[in-house]
Amino acid sequence: MIVYLGIDLGSTTSKAIILDPTGEIIGRGITNTRSDYNVAAEIARMEAEFNSRFSLLRRRVEADGGSPVEWARIFDLLDSRFHFLQYLSRHERLATAMTDSIKHDSSRADLAERLQAALQQTLEAIRTRFFDGQVNSTSQFFRDLFSATFMRMIDKFDRLTFDRLVSVYDRSINPVENQIISFDFAELTERSLELMPAETGIVWPLIRKYLREVAAISLDPTDYIGTGYGRQLLPFEEKHIKSEILCHALGAHDYFPETRTVLDIGGQDTKAIQVDEHGLVTSFQMNDRCAAGCGRYLGYIADEMSISVSELGPLAMAADHETNICSTCTVFAGAELREHLNLGERKENVLAGLHLAIVQRAFALLARSGGARNEFTFTGGVARNAAVVKYVSNMTRTNYGELTINLHPDSIFMGALGAAIFGLRRKGAHA
Amino acid sequence: MGLTMDVQKENSMIKQKQMLSDHFMALSQVKETGKKVAYTFVPGNLTELITAFDMLPVYPEINSLQSGMRKKSGDFIREAEDVGYPEDVCSYVKCDIGMMLQGNIGPTDQLLPSPDILLLSYTGCFVFMKWFENLRRLYPHAEIAMLHIPYQADGRVDPAAVKYIKDQLTKDVIPKFEKVAGKRLSDTVLAECLSRSAVAEDLLMNVFESARHKPSPIDAYFGGVYYIGPIFTSFRGSPACVGYYEELWKEVQYRIAHKLGPITPDGAITEEKYRLVVEGPPNWTNFRDFWKLFYDHGAVFVGSTYTRVGGLYDYGFRHSPDDPLGSLAEYCLGCYTNRNLPQRIELIEKFITDCDADGLVINSIKSCNSFSAGQLAMMRDIEERRGIPVGFIETDLVDPRYYSYSNIKNRLDSFFQMLEQRKELQPRARVIA
Repeated sequence: MIVYLGIDLGSTTSKAIILDPTGEIIGRGITNTRSDYNVAAEIARMEAEFNSRFSLLRRRVEADGGSPVEWARIFDLLDSRFHFLQYLSRHERLATAMTDSIKHDSSRADLAERLQAALQQTLEAIRTRFFDGQVNSTSQFFRDLFSATFMRMIDKFDRLTFDRLVSVYDRSINPVENQIISFDFAELTERSLELMPAETGIVWPLIRKYLREVAAISLDPTDYIGTGYGRQLLPFEEKHIKSEILCHALGAHDYFPETRTVLDIGGQDTKAIQVDEHGLVTSFQMNDRCAAGCGRYLGYIADEMSISVSELGPLAMAADHETNICSTCTVFAGAELREHLNLGERKENVLAGLHLAIVQRAFALLARSGGARNEFTFTGGVARNAAVVKYVSNMTRTNYGELTINLHPDSIFMGALGAAIFGLRRKGAHA
Repeated sequence: MGLTMDVQKENSMIKQKQMLSDHFMALSQVKETGKKVAYTFVPGNLTELITAFDMLPVYPEINSLQSGMRKKSGDFIREAEDVGYPEDVCSYVKCDIGMMLQGNIGPTDQLLPSPDILLLSYTGCFVFMKWFENLRRLYPHAEIAMLHIPYQADGRVDPAAVKYIKDQLTKDVIPKFEKVAGKRLSDTVLAECLSRSAVAEDLLMNVFESARHKPSPIDAYFGGVYYIGPIFTSFRGSPACVGYYEELWKEVQYRIAHKLGPITPDGAITEEKYRLVVEGPPNWTNFRDFWKLFYDHGAVFVGSTYTRVGGLYDYGFRHSPDDPLGSLAEYCLGCYTNRNLPQRIELIEKFITDCDADGLVINSIKSCNSFSAGQLAMMRDIEERRGIPVGFIETDLVDPRYYSYSNIKNRLDSFFQMLEQRKELQPRARVIA
């Protein structure tokens, strides 16, 4: 079938979007960016492809109808099992690499045994989380999922064993993460069905009826565009590369045609973009030589506090006031954080102050670009953080009055969406 | 202004190179010839007055930009920072001070003479005053003359300001020069110089206005900084200067007649894709890389404000032998750095209209607070009034630490795609006010 692919290779995450010829999104894929950019782009693309096939499969079974079924729930269950099986393949590879790496280590007699136990417990814990619907492919990536759980499992060991196993993990994760594992959609879906709760068995025949057909549909893109921080590193010809400024603007314009200002806070850059009624960029400003107002700032703070990035926002939302953070430098902000905690300030308040600081930096950039105009769309990975959204909303109102502020669950995909639309428009123009 | 371009050369370039080489040779020989030396600044300079006294001018900011092009500025800047100049200070100043601290070896590897007089013409840049204060400490025996040029705050040349400048010239500047030179100013010599200036100024304007042609035969920025070399530095008013512009104008006329684009270090531009106007000086430390970022995209600058930094002839001003001091005063008042923001915007809009430009680029200078301060406001004003894309980038004059290739390229890639998008989707989008 005719599809258009957009890939946004960001500094933190890589995203892919697949559009059908009408411009409707049929697939989304996301993964963490890793040292091999091609692998990150390919995994994001594969994810979007599988996601597209599920969309197509669902369209067919829903059209076939029959008795009313909660298809959304069925496909969520199917999707979580499908992703668990992918996780399992990667887990097995990593487990093998880690086991191999201590084969000749005789420093501790029971090291191998302890590693096996921890790996097994990690797998069980993660299986439960997948099956309970607590994680899916877009909320946590293999590396984060494994490392957070594995660290918890080995925490009970003595210091020496713990350190040894952390170093085994550190050594093994990169080579494993930079491998591409191919999956057969039909086969993996079959296996996923077998892991479904028994009471859903009634709908399996209907899914099976269309599975082979959907799996056989060609989803090779008719046109594709790459964008984002790492776009020049993609194995794409120049004509398949677009600036992320234009892509973010066009993605935002597609969802919100009345948007005149887009603020995108990404991993290491913040972009303030002014856009016209056609989705054309009229001007933009980006941070220069310093990433203090970006997502990495939050990543650094999370590391400093030994918590995950996704925990930051909820903690900051529990603050009763914002601690005043002066630093405009990420590293100094870490020092300031510790200073305030030592003085007895609640960590929620310090985190709120840090969130406010990042938004203030972004708003200085926004002011440089000409300020926020109606409608104002906020995008980028950081737009998933509730505390950032709160401060962005407050500051928008304070500085620019009552504007419509657009937020979208797909905000992290705006760049990839814009890229895919560029591909679609190009074909349209040449058709 | 450059000496270092090792590329396709035209006669005018060879001529300019020879003029510069002769000038630096003369500077290196002042001990033998007994010629006196005046250090002064480019914006609104008084070259005719200096040469009428048979003295040799030295322009510290030109030496700094030359050091930048010759990849020596980083070292000089560190030298100045070692003696206490902070990171934020104008990099021209630090580069110049560093060069002097390292023995004052100039751009041609020849010794630069110490100044006999420091002529501080204060035209819009507040750093100039502090710069010369520091030079005075380095050269305690030099005579000091300060020419205060009132800022054109209300956007016009005030007759009272002209009188104020003329008074300073007659009562302070000229007497000091007479003292240093050991002779009286010859009105005849000065008038002859100013006549020749006007001839060169007409020719230079012919060259700049040739950018209205399509394709433009010149790059008014990267080529332009070479074109302004003789007139804004040591040569305005000299027969050699007139000779240079006659040669240059001949070359430009040839390119117009043959519909040829400007010449870049990689040869002539064969397809003019974008016609741009630019605000702000170029980056000197990576001059050719910086230029390449534009000509690789087929972008040609048809107007640039920086090439008016020494003086502005676009609205008809010419030096005049009929009113020597009055025209020197008007020249100082009119240079680009001494103009207010609405005047700067007006000039940019004039370039956009006259040359039918597709977009504006602002190169904001990290270490230049006085010149960069209003650029964002200018940008917004022009965007709103003209509806054309503006690309905003940041580099520095001569501090190589502030030139980030990937940052600049990333922004320019987006800017060029913005221009492209407009051409594809909105061929008639440009609003001509």
